[in-house]
Amino acid sequence: MRKLRIGLDGAQFAILLVLTLVSVFMLLPLVYVVNQAFKPLHELLLFPPTFIVRQPTLQNFVDLLAVTETTFVPATRYLLNSIIVTLLATAGMVVTGSLCAYPLSKHRVPGSKLFFGAIMLSLLFVEEVVAIPRFVIVQSLGIMNTYWGHVLPMIALPVGVFLLKQFMDQVPQELVEAAKIDGATEIGIFARVMLPLVAPAMATITIIAFQTAWGNMETSALFMQEDSMKTLAFFLSTLTPNLSNSVVRQGAAAAGALLLFLPSLIVFLLYQRKFIATMAHSGIK
Amino acid sequence: MPSSMPISGRKGTARAGAGLRDGLRALLADIWKHRLSYLFMLPFFTAFTVFIILPIAAGIGFSMTNFNAVQAPDWVGWLNYQTLFSQDVVFLQNVLPNTFKFALFVGPFGFVLSFLLAWMIAQLPQMLRIGFALAMYAPSLTAGAAMAVVWQVAFTGDRTGFINHFLLQWGFIERPILFLSDKDYLLNIMILISIWGSMGIGFLAMLAGILNVDKQLYEAGKIDGISSRLQEIWYITIPSMKPQLLFAAVMSIVGMLKSSGAGKELVGMPTPDYAGQLIVTHIQDYGFIRYELGYASAISVFLLVLMLMLNQLLRRWFVPKEEE
Repeated sequence: MRKLRIGLDGAQFAILLVLTLVSVFMLLPLVYVVNQAFKPLHELLLFPPTFIVRQPTLQNFVDLLAVTETTFVPATRYLLNSIIVTLLATAGMVVTGSLCAYPLSKHRVPGSKLFFGAIMLSLLFVEEVVAIPRFVIVQSLGIMNTYWGHVLPMIALPVGVFLLKQFMDQVPQELVEAAKIDGATEIGIFARVMLPLVAPAMATITIIAFQTAWGNMETSALFMQEDSMKTLAFFLSTLTPNLSNSVVRQGAAAAGALLLFLPSLIVFLLYQRKFIATMAHSGIK
Repeated sequence: MPSSMPISGRKGTARAGAGLRDGLRALLADIWKHRLSYLFMLPFFTAFTVFIILPIAAGIGFSMTNFNAVQAPDWVGWLNYQTLFSQDVVFLQNVLPNTFKFALFVGPFGFVLSFLLAWMIAQLPQMLRIGFALAMYAPSLTAGAAMAVVWQVAFTGDRTGFINHFLLQWGFIERPILFLSDKDYLLNIMILISIWGSMGIGFLAMLAGILNVDKQLYEAGKIDGISSRLQEIWYITIPSMKPQLLFAAVMSIVGMLKSSGAGKELVGMPTPDYAGQLIVTHIQDYGFIRYELGYASAISVFLLVLMLMLNQLLRRWFVPKEEE
């Protein structure tokens, strides 16, 4: 078979072609958002519609801030809420998840099989399905309109515990026993032996936790009645209805979509190798 | 997965005949011995119980009541379920068929598609892999509602919409198509958008699974007479990565449920002629628009039961027989 310069054979070349076409389909909407976000008003109104921005401007980002002036809550407040909620919720998911995965993997605790079975089943859990009882529970806990109301309902992340436990299972039991003989406490073993060994999995669930919290709209929609407590993701979702009638809002909404997308992308790019390494141990047996 | 030793195992056979009380005492002693382990699990366990287990239990309870969030719920027994399956015309004529079609394409079709894409990516040299993996994964990073800005503008119903503009220009159609208000198109567009955003962690798990298959298995396969790549996939790749496939399948169910609000984000709720109403949006319709929380909970319980059945089915397919 004829080899190309980068060492691809014929079949690989065909695969490359197919994947390039699919990638174009996958990336086109994203490229479009980026262009739309930087288009000045007269380009947004242009007919026939154009894809690539000609005279990039930051006007849409300014408009995004201006949209909120009428509602007494500045967009910066939503951004601040998003940052606070994302930091607290991500920390909560990672800390509780890793603390829970360690004994599940390394101690023979009575009842742990049953508990892990419940966690595996709850991988299927989607909060939208039981939004009503969750609303009733949050209401009766008295944490509506507080940051707790955002953070606590997000903390239990079954997929995080699952991935960490699968990864911790790869760490030899002998290492834990050896540390114990050397006189390490359980907390010492967890923090100094276990966590460094499962660093890739920790990075992975940090990304998943970050994405879950950053894009979450459910807690704002259900548990926050005060506008000043809502998050950026939720605020942006309120901009989208009937967008085709309002060209100014189209630009602002595109700018907002870009603001929401970029942090997730950057966090993923930083850790992508670790992410794929962790996923090798994601199997359900 | 290291199987945790059965509780009785560590006591040895000599005490097997001892009474129930001794067994209970040993269990309590074992629990006490592991008190620190329980303390480690406590924070997650609490959140898990309060925000996952309790809502499911409460949902089952609410589904047997008439509840409007203001007055105390009234017990009505199975009435909500009877209404759901005999009188809710929208549910029976729109929601169920829509959900079935949506689930079929986004579920099995999307799953096979992401396997094929992951397999193709794995055939390329390392350098190219990361770029393509990122291209497939990036859409799943966009938060659902925010991307509605793209789809609304792309599918605008007059000639200023991108898709209409190109179809008109290339002569495929004579007049613009009202994509988002036409019931024949809306569900298909929702399916397209959901598949677009579905290459998430399940897809990465598959990619990692394919890359992890022992290379020697392929060599051995060649000696045993496997001649085509298709045979290689069927007899070597898939059997060696069943656990990852099961994880990916579960994640695809989750993604499917998450993305079923796409119609609401595109055209608001309810969608024209209920063309884009799926089970999840039907729950929201009754729960948060009509405040019939009892009835909405009954729909939730129905969906939970469907998901559990699907989970059992998937396990039967993907869990290797000898481990059962």
